[in-house]
Amino acid sequence: MIYEQVSAPSARRTITGATRVLMALKLDGPLMVGLSLISVYGLIVLYSASGQDVGKVLRAIIHLGLGTTAMLTLAQVKPTTLRNAAPWLYLLGLVLLIVVDVTGYIGKGAQRWLDLGFIRFQPSEIMKLAVPMLCAWYLHERPLPPGPLTLAVVAAIIVIPAGLTAMQPDLGTAILITIGGGLVVVMAGLSVYILLGMAAVAGVGAWYGWSLLHDYQRQRVLTFIDPQNDPLGAGYHIIQSQIAIGSGGVFGKGWMNGSQSQLEYLPERHTDFIFAVIGEEFGLLGLVLLVLLYLFVVGRAMYLTTQMQDTFARLLAASLGLTFFVYVFINTGMVSGLLPVVGVPLPLVSYGGTSMVTLLAGFGILMALYSHRKLVGS
Amino acid sequence: MARTVNIKDYHREQRLFLRRMVVASILIGLCAITLWTRLGLLQIARHDYYLELSQGNRARLEPIPANRGLILDRNGKVLAENLAAYQLELVREQVPDLTATLQGLAALQLIPRDEIEDIRRLVRSRRGFEGVPIRLRMSEEEIARFAVHRHQFPGVDIRTRLTRYYPNGALAVHALGYVAAIGEQDLTHIDRSAYAGTTLIGKLGVESAREKELHGTNGFREVLVNAQGRSVQKQGGFAPDLRSRAPKAGSDLILSLDLVAQQAAEEALRGRRGAVVALDPDNGDVLVFVSQPGFDPSLFGRGLTRAEYRNLETDANRPLLNRALRGTYPPGSTVKPVIALAGLKYGAVKPDDHRFCAGVYNLPGSSRLFREGRSGRHGSVDLQDAIAHSCDVYFYALANTLGVDHIAEFLEPFGYGKPTGIDISGEQSGILPSKEWKKHRFKRPADQIWFPGETVNFGVGQGYMTVTPMQQAHMVSVIAARGKSFKPRLVTGLRDPETKQATVIPPQRERDVDHVRPEDWETVFEGMKGTITRGTGRGMGTGASYTIAGKTGTAQVFTVAQNAKYVEKDVSELLRDHSWFVAFAPAEAPRIALAVLVENGGFGAAAAGPIARKVLDAYLLPRNTPEVKP
Repeated sequence: MIYEQVSAPSARRTITGATRVLMALKLDGPLMVGLSLISVYGLIVLYSASGQDVGKVLRAIIHLGLGTTAMLTLAQVKPTTLRNAAPWLYLLGLVLLIVVDVTGYIGKGAQRWLDLGFIRFQPSEIMKLAVPMLCAWYLHERPLPPGPLTLAVVAAIIVIPAGLTAMQPDLGTAILITIGGGLVVVMAGLSVYILLGMAAVAGVGAWYGWSLLHDYQRQRVLTFIDPQNDPLGAGYHIIQSQIAIGSGGVFGKGWMNGSQSQLEYLPERHTDFIFAVIGEEFGLLGLVLLVLLYLFVVGRAMYLTTQMQDTFARLLAASLGLTFFVYVFINTGMVSGLLPVVGVPLPLVSYGGTSMVTLLAGFGILMALYSHRKLVGS
Repeated sequence: MARTVNIKDYHREQRLFLRRMVVASILIGLCAITLWTRLGLLQIARHDYYLELSQGNRARLEPIPANRGLILDRNGKVLAENLAAYQLELVREQVPDLTATLQGLAALQLIPRDEIEDIRRLVRSRRGFEGVPIRLRMSEEEIARFAVHRHQFPGVDIRTRLTRYYPNGALAVHALGYVAAIGEQDLTHIDRSAYAGTTLIGKLGVESAREKELHGTNGFREVLVNAQGRSVQKQGGFAPDLRSRAPKAGSDLILSLDLVAQQAAEEALRGRRGAVVALDPDNGDVLVFVSQPGFDPSLFGRGLTRAEYRNLETDANRPLLNRALRGTYPPGSTVKPVIALAGLKYGAVKPDDHRFCAGVYNLPGSSRLFREGRSGRHGSVDLQDAIAHSCDVYFYALANTLGVDHIAEFLEPFGYGKPTGIDISGEQSGILPSKEWKKHRFKRPADQIWFPGETVNFGVGQGYMTVTPMQQAHMVSVIAARGKSFKPRLVTGLRDPETKQATVIPPQRERDVDHVRPEDWETVFEGMKGTITRGTGRGMGTGASYTIAGKTGTAQVFTVAQNAKYVEKDVSELLRDHSWFVAFAPAEAPRIALAVLVENGGFGAAAAGPIARKVLDAYLLPRNTPEVKP
């Protein structure tokens, strides 16, 4: 009965050639439009932010191509296959994380990358997808809202990779992994009281965790509270990015005319802090436009999610869509001085291959879950 | 499997899920609003603030020092100018091996070997892309030596900068002053921002007094700098407008000094300690301003070593002392013309009154004897004879008749006991003694009493009275102008360095000396002319095509005992009398009035007189070379 409701109105739509192609490729048109607009916007900004480095732009286009390939491939995969692959992907990620941590320990320094000779990638990125997948896989057949034992298992699924990532140390990715898994649990109906209780525990934990933090991490927290304290040291990022955004005004200084970014005052201007470059060169209008594009993508992802019937699909899709927004908010909040500097890239805009591929792969999964929805449960 | 299916309630799950999606949407909306609010705060409310910060970030102000104004004599001849000096600069990031480079430069004797470590530390303390001067004041020979080996020293180069140069060396140094590195004390009274980029500042003389006009206005240029502080021409497609302002060179100073007369005076006084000051009686222009020994002011601009400065400071001849302005000496007999004017004014003497000089004056009611200074007995003398022959006995008696208060009161308008007000600083006041002065000067009541004998000494310019050569020149200038008084001045005009338009500074007339009867001037003039024709300055005017009116003076440094006689060769040089000569010429229409002082020069006519003659000749006689008008 439910399936009929979904299929009936869509049958009445005028089916154009493009839509037919999209349907054949198991892709969602509006989502594709939104993602493309953001990516093109990103490339335009990257050209300016990288100091007119054509090579970087070309590499970003290659990243985009790799990501699109991953998205197209994953969109073809049946949700059941995805569900069955979840434990194996998680295990693979876990092993690689341990390898990275061990080599990092041996090499006595921060180690996030796994160098396979022809390509380097961060195993923690796999976990951004594997953790919500395993959580959804685990909760899929459990009665919801989840009981205490179920929650304990899910907590373990989340905390182990997040902890390993934090040890690298990569606090930003660890937080994102936790959020990715956590959102699955929340959407599965985690009791509000437990949420509040966890917030209380988190408060105490933060107090205890303070003592466990690395000095540079503590410094980031402290300078977040008052960046002016250390203008040339730890507060430099935030101060310079606020100057860049603020000096851009409503209309911006114009493409490739942002003095903060062009004269290298703004650190990490083509990666984590690229949002400030947009603010400086395209002004408030440019930023609002970008955030609207993100909202459109997230909104579309959420709409698609509500159309799914299967628990695994719903939970995973919701987590993927919401995590995307969390990425956006953490990065923009960090660059504009609302949140601490945790090193989260701006989705699809910041330069960086791994993040680009992971994000687009996530949307590939999301589209697969949506476009194969009629097959679920058959 | 079956167990879970039984418990799962799909509808409840879906409702719960949808509810959570709604909550999530609301939260997303709230996050977006928070973010936009934050962006609005940054980009609208605080836009101006951040815009200013970003501008401060990208542009560094680089000052462009203004050229210091020139100093010219009254005929436009250059007394101070700016010349390029060469210095060796090193840019660390372009030097492959700093230690090897410095050792190589030391091997060429371009830097001292024992300073390598200091230089290395200096270079290290600066940023890698900054040029650091490692050697100032290179000679042409050193420049050539470096040029030959330049290829061995990448990152080392010769740079020019302007430094102050005085083409005539020590000439008029005490009038000109000099420029030297800005010191801690200077920083307390200058506008630091106006001096950004300036390394030298005027010290003493007109260089200091007219610092404001000479300095000009520094320009600036905004230089695009990146976050490392490196200046960049253009960064990618980013080329913003940069502001700049051209420097405005300082005004040229036109001095009253006459280079030819000044040179004559410097030459004539060379090897002695003393001063020559000559004024134009018609306007107070300082025509000659000499204090010797002096020093080469160029040294200070180039940077004087500690040892060099110590030598100047500890030199027994005190070259740093401005004797013309700060040396105070008893005026000796050069004060007699003014005493004579006082006697005429108060009716103490008549021009034709004769007095017999037996070589000794006996103060009435006292056993004390006042001796004739040097020339024995003059016999019967009238006022003009007394001036011409510098008869002490005549003036002892006159002073005693006048009394100290009349003398002091009469002398004061001639500029004694106070600075003349010349337009450079550091002037001393000298002492114009009076009963009142003595009361304030001494603490013990016994010392505060004015003795009649002191009045007698006052009459011949000995005792408490002291004057500077500047004051004596001013006094004789007032006499020459028959009472017209001007504030002496060195700077007569400012010239715009670009348009060459001169702004003339009008002479500053002071209150005339109006308590002298006109006919009394003539009487004294005759006496002073007599000095040259038949008196103590006899022979000084030989061959002169103009008439000189003058007065010799001998200021005692050392007081001989009552019954002893002063014999010059028996007294050590530093205790010998100071030699004075004051004069003006031509006597009928004076164009120049001067005072010459030679420390320990002995009898006035002998040492100071010939110097005065040379200066008068240099100024008054027609010149071979046509004058160059500015």
